[in-house]
Amino acid sequence: MEVTVEIYRYDQETDTSRYDRFVKEVDPKDRVLDVMMDIKDHDDGTIAFRKSCGHGVCGSDAMQINGINRLACQTLIQDLKSRRIRIEPLKGMKVLRDLVVDMDPFFTGLERVKPYFIPKESAPVTEHRQSIADRAKFDDTTKCIMCGACTTSCPSFWTNDAYVGPAAFVKAHRFILDTRDGGNDQRLEALDDKDGLWRCHSIFNCTDACPRDIQITKAIGELKRYTVVHR
Amino acid sequence: MIHKFDAIVVGAGGAGLRCALELSQQNYNVAVLSKLYPVRSHTGAAQGGIGAALGNEEPDSPEWHFFDTVKGSDYLGDQDVTEIMCEEAIEAVLELEHFGLPFDRTKEGKIAQRPFGGHTRDFGKAPVKRAAYAADRTGHMILHTLFEQCVKNQVRFFNEFYVLDLIMDGDTCRGVVAYELATGELHVFQSKATFLGTGGYGRVFSITSNAHALTGDGMAIAFRRGIPLEDMEFVQFHPTGLRKLGILVSEAARGEGGILRNREDLDNIGSGKDGFMAEVAPTVKDLAPRDMVSRAIYNEIAAGRGIEGTGDTGSDYVYLDLIHLGADVINNKLPDISHFARKYLAVEPITEPIPVQPTAHYAMGGVPTDVDGRVLRNAQNDPVLGLYAAGEVACVSVHGANRLGTNSLVDIVVFGRRAGKSMVSYLQGAEFGRITDEPDAFISAEIDRLQKGGGQEKVADLRTAMQKVMMAKSGVYRTEAKMIEARDTILELRQRYKGVGVTDQSSYFNTELVEAIELGFLLDVAWTIAESALQRTESRGAHSRVDYPDRDDKNWLKHTFIHLFEDGKVTFDYKPVTITKFKPKPRVY
Repeated sequence: MEVTVEIYRYDQETDTSRYDRFVKEVDPKDRVLDVMMDIKDHDDGTIAFRKSCGHGVCGSDAMQINGINRLACQTLIQDLKSRRIRIEPLKGMKVLRDLVVDMDPFFTGLERVKPYFIPKESAPVTEHRQSIADRAKFDDTTKCIMCGACTTSCPSFWTNDAYVGPAAFVKAHRFILDTRDGGNDQRLEALDDKDGLWRCHSIFNCTDACPRDIQITKAIGELKRYTVVHR
Repeated sequence: MIHKFDAIVVGAGGAGLRCALELSQQNYNVAVLSKLYPVRSHTGAAQGGIGAALGNEEPDSPEWHFFDTVKGSDYLGDQDVTEIMCEEAIEAVLELEHFGLPFDRTKEGKIAQRPFGGHTRDFGKAPVKRAAYAADRTGHMILHTLFEQCVKNQVRFFNEFYVLDLIMDGDTCRGVVAYELATGELHVFQSKATFLGTGGYGRVFSITSNAHALTGDGMAIAFRRGIPLEDMEFVQFHPTGLRKLGILVSEAARGEGGILRNREDLDNIGSGKDGFMAEVAPTVKDLAPRDMVSRAIYNEIAAGRGIEGTGDTGSDYVYLDLIHLGADVINNKLPDISHFARKYLAVEPITEPIPVQPTAHYAMGGVPTDVDGRVLRNAQNDPVLGLYAAGEVACVSVHGANRLGTNSLVDIVVFGRRAGKSMVSYLQGAEFGRITDEPDAFISAEIDRLQKGGGQEKVADLRTAMQKVMMAKSGVYRTEAKMIEARDTILELRQRYKGVGVTDQSSYFNTELVEAIELGFLLDVAWTIAESALQRTESRGAHSRVDYPDRDDKNWLKHTFIHLFEDGKVTFDYKPVTITKFKPKPRVY
């Protein structure tokens, strides 16, 4: 089938942007990333975008496709139900070139929730014991690949980049609900703050955007309850 | 710009992060350079599990793991280092758990384990549950857990810094040259000790489970600087890649009970009855090692028993049948691969079999190292001072001619840690040493040529030609004639590469330039694979020659070392395999 692909272009040196248009013959089962690589290989080599694993596990190629945050390697042409494909960078991030945004603030921002294991007790001789039921409580949030699709879909983030944001909440949830972890007091400071959990208004954009189908709004709700109880 | 660090770690996958963590715990000034962001590394794509004889589910022993790894390697793995790896695997897995890795759990709350290809109890009697796992995203959890610990230890990361060269002073490594994607600037990183953890080269082949980033960078950089590469002829083809796409369907699918089926077996789909692997490997059946299963699939297809019945191993396929496992196992123990099947092939694994074909997956060979990660500069074990490597870029050699499933993750944590420890002791007496005035002159000239040299050859054309010839002529089955064709094509493509030009003239996020540089690395690696494979006139593990179908222990129980002699010419020398406990025997399962 024939599709028209419109790709956002940004030139840092002149600080100008435009959309470039390509008409391509594609298979409906092609990934959007396949089509973008085809354009880069054969039509215009200067288009810049990130990619790596190509099957939705590394998180490099999160971008807006027809206005929705998705991974280009996990979106098939047929999923779009449209012959017009508009590809733009993640919203609310500084664009460095074309579809490449500055991810550094995203990663450093995560550090506010102490996104690492802080053991409750000194390491046992073998493993910490954990029941299957306790392990299941945070299974969903361990799936996060830090692609940024959730945070950059959130209106609260667009209007205030000090907002801790859904990706950091997902990471915090994974540790706060882990029975082995003892660092929750250190995390509550960032969460129980005007730029923390309380700026989330349960709009569900993050949940819709997550390429890993993590129930982010639900996880944030669990954190809100936890915070109120443990203040 | 010039930077100085005690230690430089190149690559931020499992091996690099584990090494960096070790160095940071000892308060050395360490920088990690990656051409990606760390959590994008391909360790995150590993699915099924990490092998360790924890014995949490049933009796197991490191000695059985050791035997299985040696047998799996078709007796090419060095037994002294393999024994160490299998013993230290237990500690390394427990350590990951202590870092917070969320393993699945047994009823007693211990780390859960599942069966995997080639892993057995009692020296081959029956499959054993040895793979410690976190659903089917064990690698993802390892990558994130190690990254988290590095963040906790305040390790310094240089993200999207692409290392393009080693700075050598005779037989000593003094640092690296890196290209910063965001600015196009070349940076010189001076160091006392440098670690390579850059992963494999799957993108040499047209069908691969590997990320686009896996372009053999570390191997090619070392090779160009006179460091040999070991056992490059051994390339693992994973039997179950999604048809046409090559996306990995973990061996965990067969570990949980999945069965491969051919076109004569369609009536048994969903029945749980044995498939064609029961005849190939009567004891372990579908859990035979990967090289054997990939060959079995090619044999079925070639005999007209592929699902299409065309006999064409390039396009025909077989089915992976999970239906009898039921929705609960499929959704809870294999969620990611079920998602891949649904998303990319529109196949529902609960009710339909998954079309699969072998996919280029893992490099057994690489930069030679000793058991402490020191890079070796010849077959006589002389080290390159200040240079270390571990993981897929390296060849220690534990995987020999064929790696067992789960052992790549064992390799990165065990040898990443060992390399880190040995760098710590090396650093105690090491100094920065002397570097030349313009260590980046060579790379700077190469970038100028690609960007401003007016070359008309296109990266995409050369890359496609390389991937096609390597897949068809240097893949699962090889012959002398096929491999000469592969080698000659690669040599011709290397010549044409000198005429490559990129259209993008800008200095920031020039991904077209990056792809051109990657192609140069890929071509050098493809060349070493083809040349090494031509030399080895036997069949062993993943190197399977139709013209030499048998293993030849008399002449070939040795490791290949390929050296760059001059442009377009290579030389070889060989190192005997270290055998301690297990004498080579015919490999039946």
